[in-house]
Amino acid sequence: MIPADDYEPPRPETDDAAEWRGLSRSAVFRRGLAVALTVPGLILAASSAGFGALSRDAGFSLFNSVFMMAAFFALPAQVVMVDQMARGASLSAGALVVTLTGIRLLPMCVVLMPYLKGPRATRLGFLLAGHFIAVTAWMEGWRRLPHLPAEHRLDHFLGIGTGLLGSTLIGTAFGYELAGVVPPLVSAVLLFLTPVYFLLSLIAAAAALSDRYAIVAGVVLGPPIYLLVPGFDLLLTGLIGGTIAHFAARHREARP
Amino acid sequence: MSEMSTGLTATLILLAIALFVHEPWRWIGIFIGNRIDVQSPWFQWVRSVATALVAGLVMRLILFPAGALAGLGLGVRGLAMASGIAAYFLLGRTLAVGVGTGALVLVVAQSLFG
Repeated sequence: MIPADDYEPPRPETDDAAEWRGLSRSAVFRRGLAVALTVPGLILAASSAGFGALSRDAGFSLFNSVFMMAAFFALPAQVVMVDQMARGASLSAGALVVTLTGIRLLPMCVVLMPYLKGPRATRLGFLLAGHFIAVTAWMEGWRRLPHLPAEHRLDHFLGIGTGLLGSTLIGTAFGYELAGVVPPLVSAVLLFLTPVYFLLSLIAAAAALSDRYAIVAGVVLGPPIYLLVPGFDLLLTGLIGGTIAHFAARHREARP
Repeated sequence: MSEMSTGLTATLILLAIALFVHEPWRWIGIFIGNRIDVQSPWFQWVRSVATALVAGLVMRLILFPAGALAGLGLGVRGLAMASGIAAYFLLGRTLAVGVGTGALVLVVAQSLFG
């Protein structure tokens, strides 16, 4: 494997940037909305349908299921929330596991933020963009934003987030209403789409050697860490796996 | 807690949990990301942490799934995942092809061996 050139996150504009020149802010936003109709958007809608069905099983109302989707916009947090409530866990236990799942959003926000900074960035824009940072929107931002001129990046990402939010709300309501109607194999396929999409997107977006090492480290370390310390597993997998990958890549690249 | 799963009380609880224990991680991330030097080793490290974390999440979703996916055997899930990755690399590195192949293999394998 040939080590990639040292990767610089806000990459210089590529030729792709030319086709974005002269577009209005609303046109850039609308192009972001359209991402909801691509494969990742449809997968996320399908995953949301799975969540809607789960939430109904746990006894939540349709409104509260859809509201939870909008308020958290992060399926793992919602799933543990529903799971805790269904098991009758205390409110503080529920809040603790939700906050543990939320920690993973921190590094994702850190690495996407440099792309969102631009001449049109505002604090409100950042807060809105931050709310949209969950795996799917993060992944799409990560893949798409480097190819845009800097002034369009925040508007485009807000479009991506708004479109994906819309499709998750519709997906949740659909799943809620259709729960129990679809055969289990169909539900299983819906749940399977998300991890495959996540992994392939990580592979597609891996630009630096450290990215590839980090994917391997996460894949290898994730399962044993989950078995040893469920609840803290994602955080620990990220910290341990990411640190090993970081130093391994630096060591490898330092060699002549 | 379960008796509060419907109605306005539940809505307010969900809002409070989302706003006070979930969303702040995003705010902190934005705050740090706004100030961090993207050329610094720290940024490169955080990037690796985020990547490894998502990779770990993938393995958890496949090996220890919830709901209907748990009803399928580990071999079926693993085979489908491996097929999706192989199809991605062999058939022009297209996301939709990889995901579609994985889903197809899942259905076929479950019908044959499930």
